[in-house]
Amino acid sequence: MALHQEHVVLRVVAKMLIPMILLFALYVQFHGDYGPGGGFQAGVIFAAGIILYALVFGLGAARQVVPPPVLRRLAALGVLLYAGVGVFSLLSGYAFLDYDAIDPEHPSHGQHLGILLVELGVGITVASVMLMLFFSFAGRGRQ
Amino acid sequence: MILAHYNYWVVVLLMMIGLYTIMAHSNLVKKLLGLMMFQTSVFLMFISLGKIEGGTAPILTGDAVAYSNPLPHVLILTAIVVGVATTAVGLALVVRIHEAYRTIEEFEAIERDKRENQPA
Amino acid sequence: MNVFAFDALNVFLLACLVVTAIAIARLRGLFAVAMLSGIYSLLSASVFVLLDAVDVAFTEAAVGAGMTTVLFLATFGLTRSRENAASHERRLPALLVSVACGAVLLFALSDLPPFGAADTPVQTHPIAERYVETTHDEVGIPNMVTTLLASYRGFDTLGEVMVVFTAGIAVLMLLGRCSRERAEDDH
Repeated sequence: MALHQEHVVLRVVAKMLIPMILLFALYVQFHGDYGPGGGFQAGVIFAAGIILYALVFGLGAARQVVPPPVLRRLAALGVLLYAGVGVFSLLSGYAFLDYDAIDPEHPSHGQHLGILLVELGVGITVASVMLMLFFSFAGRGRQ
Repeated sequence: MILAHYNYWVVVLLMMIGLYTIMAHSNLVKKLLGLMMFQTSVFLMFISLGKIEGGTAPILTGDAVAYSNPLPHVLILTAIVVGVATTAVGLALVVRIHEAYRTIEEFEAIERDKRENQPA
Repeated sequence: MNVFAFDALNVFLLACLVVTAIAIARLRGLFAVAMLSGIYSLLSASVFVLLDAVDVAFTEAAVGAGMTTVLFLATFGLTRSRENAASHERRLPALLVSVACGAVLLFALSDLPPFGAADTPVQTHPIAERYVETTHDEVGIPNMVTTLLASYRGFDTLGEVMVVFTAGIAVLMLLGRCSRERAEDDH
């Protein structure tokens, strides 16, 4: 019998914890400018939240929440977002990944926005790659 | 003299344990764990080099204080995430080896290869 | 934190780290080893906090104690979780080689500047000063590690993200659905 059918305590606790883990991941992602954190950590924490869901409610349910084809596209999207910021600054006549290009009037604003976008790209890629790894390993034994 | 370097002594010790695990064990998962210990010892080395006594974490507070060097932190932070990704590739290879040879011991796999490749 | 408390805590954590590493090297039940590797990661994260690398500690705790353990357990589910006895013929050469490497490194250690000194080449190199002095004016984000990671060394980080992405693709190729279906077609 699957874990989610018999362990009521685990189910209830997981249901309470998962939203908080995901919310904490977003906090780490967007608060990385001011405290410890950033895309790498947030991506791993976000993936950990979904992995907890998969462990308690089953792999099939987790695959419905984040379908593997979507994950593959998200992993590429993160890298493209990162590189896209670089290409944008290149096309604006600045050096590759020089975020001053985003807001030439206020270089500091441009830096803020650039770092935010780049960290978002890192977070998306890391989260989806970590989930991809987990799904590949966990899905291998079945079927 | 010795005490001034004790962090680096531990780094070398961890590196030795990791290297020994990689070479002495024939279990492929154990070899990967040895590699991880080796990796962590390098991380510890870099972070130790960046530490300033009485310094603080490199987050600007407005007060004039000494910050530990943030550059090693940046290098190691990315290295950790890359490390887990490459470990996953290693584990995936172990899974495939197990499917092909029904074993995750290096020697058993090599012996099977030898048996099967013997000229009849 | 006063110097004595720092040293005491540091020595304690490093001793725990070494003991855990030895246990990982010696134990044969791989489930126990996976758990110990999680503890090992958490201990090294604590050391990183002590050495002011809070971002690194955060990453190590999330990755080492979370992801790596899950991946190892998933691997045991697909393979086996017991290690055969290590062959004795390899032990002595392995010990000799690792001790020799360690001895060379220990010999070289005496040339390193003392731990925690502020006048080491690492701390006095112009680039460190450049980063620490100018982040506030040029970028204005308090967390220097984020600034360096995403802005000053953005090119590095792009490469690292590419590596993570490539590793994900490699695992998909090795374990994904496509390769399994192909393998079944072959049989």
